[in-house]
Amino acid sequence: MLKQIEGSRAMAEAIGLCRPEVICAYPITPQTHIVEGLGEMVRTGDIKNCEFINVESEFAALSVAIGASAAGARAYTATASQGLLYMAEAVYNASGLGLPIVMTLGNRAIGAPINIWNDHSDAMAMCDSGWMQLFAETNQEAADLHIQAFRLAEELSMPVMVCVDGFILTHAVERVDIPKQVDVDAYLPPYEPVQVLDPRDPVSIGAMVGPEAFTEVRYLQHYKQTLALRLIPEFAAAFKSRFGRDSGGLLRSYRAEDAELIVVAMGSVNGTIKDTIDEMRADGLSIGLVTLVSFRPFPTAALREKLVRARNVVVIEKSLAVGMGGPLANNVDLALRNVEAAPQVHSVIAGLGGRPITRASLHRVLRQALEQPWEGSHFLDLNEKIIAKELHYVRKVRRSGPTAENLLRRLGQAADHAVV
Amino acid sequence: MFQVRIHGRGGQGVVTGAELLSVAAYLEGKHAQAFPSFGSERTGAPVVSFCRIDDKEIRLREPILEPDALIVQDPTLFKAIDVCQGLKPNGYLLVNSNRSLTDLHLETVAKELPAGHVVTVPASELALKHVGRPLPNAALLGAFARLTGIIDLKSVIAAIDGAFTKKIAAGNIAAAAAAYDAIAGAAAAA
Repeated sequence: MLKQIEGSRAMAEAIGLCRPEVICAYPITPQTHIVEGLGEMVRTGDIKNCEFINVESEFAALSVAIGASAAGARAYTATASQGLLYMAEAVYNASGLGLPIVMTLGNRAIGAPINIWNDHSDAMAMCDSGWMQLFAETNQEAADLHIQAFRLAEELSMPVMVCVDGFILTHAVERVDIPKQVDVDAYLPPYEPVQVLDPRDPVSIGAMVGPEAFTEVRYLQHYKQTLALRLIPEFAAAFKSRFGRDSGGLLRSYRAEDAELIVVAMGSVNGTIKDTIDEMRADGLSIGLVTLVSFRPFPTAALREKLVRARNVVVIEKSLAVGMGGPLANNVDLALRNVEAAPQVHSVIAGLGGRPITRASLHRVLRQALEQPWEGSHFLDLNEKIIAKELHYVRKVRRSGPTAENLLRRLGQAADHAVV
Repeated sequence: MFQVRIHGRGGQGVVTGAELLSVAAYLEGKHAQAFPSFGSERTGAPVVSFCRIDDKEIRLREPILEPDALIVQDPTLFKAIDVCQGLKPNGYLLVNSNRSLTDLHLETVAKELPAGHVVTVPASELALKHVGRPLPNAALLGAFARLTGIIDLKSVIAAIDGAFTKKIAAGNIAAAAAAYDAIAGAAAAA
């Protein structure tokens, strides 16, 4: 049913249609509206046979989900930013134990400096934790990916994070087709666990494993994600035949088949990039886009196939691995490893801490990539003036004070005393 | 694509206004995207929300930098921030006030835009009268429908009806209709 609806509400309704049995979450911006919606639907009985458990922290939220999943329940939770970091130990436990929990991540920057706005730092901090990570471009896809995520998670008995841009998607009101219960029931079979804590048939889950088998446990975890490279497109195709729309999959390309320059990006920024590409194509420029949906597993072969004929690849990402550069760009490099006459990869770091990524800035940086490609990371719309001033200041003054506060003062946003 | 930016203060229903506008457009079969300015909103602080309306899918996710229309819920904002930033040369400016454009020092702005595109409407007073609280957003949407013709008053009324309980909806619908008529009257006089 088509609805004009807030993204968070659409996701809550889609998650409800998946018949979760245990939902536990601790509120954190910008994920809050999703679990508020779910809490309300459990209370009103719109979601049946489900327990909503209020917990005291994110660590508890995921720990309760782990317990529920091990007891054979379909378990769901959601978090963002510092919340994900606070549950980090449990994040690794959920995947290490092979428990098919689905978690929404309302992507948000990580402090310090504290920042509630969108970027992909949180997802990147946990990208090697053994969870699969799927990134939504629109709220329609955000809703749809949750349905596919439960199927994927339970098929492999591995947890899945659905990554959704905080505010940009979670707080946007737009058109979403909410599936029918009968279709979701047909698509998503009841959860049949591969391991259950059951007093009638006791087992132990979570044994200590020494050097004799630890590598093999990890290898099998990795092997399951390689299986997911086949299952994710299969489940997206099955989704399309039942619901009639393209959602999910490993990746999608847009006007990229003959393009000399291909942009690679994840999440909601792909819409703005598509509009920019249309304008640049109208100007006769040879440019296209590959939208990565699955970051873990990383679709190395599929991505290589899409990129290999281009001359230049520009990776636009909302994350920074400090001291290294763009983590997505690094992964894209991997897809082109050992390829003869591989395209050049150029990295753009953009949208950190919620800075808008505008068409105007994309035009500028993509034209530069066509005319004067660069090495290393390009920071989109970097305010070089205040950086130069700050660098000059800290060279001159030993007790230069806290960086963030200095920069805010330079911008006139915290005028308790002036820095020179 | 028609792009609307709403300026107001926390507590005035700035975000709800954009959402209602998007629902009204959706009810007419259009694509619409409403989103807030993502600030740490607090009561009284300047707040911005956005709404895009189009006949095709809206993919763009940047803030609205060049609006076709501005709705200003609190005229004191003109002194605090550059409200009119990026407004298109043929754009619309709708201001919640019972004062004239001269009183609000908006004559210069009005001269740069087509005749009749800058209008004030006493939305807070209409809301106070019909809803009992000075929440101007629904009334402003009624005025917006008349001023721009982008959406029908009927769609605004349907959107309000779907968003609130019966009594609150009825008051807001009356305020929206009154604001619509007030603009119609002003246009006839001009």
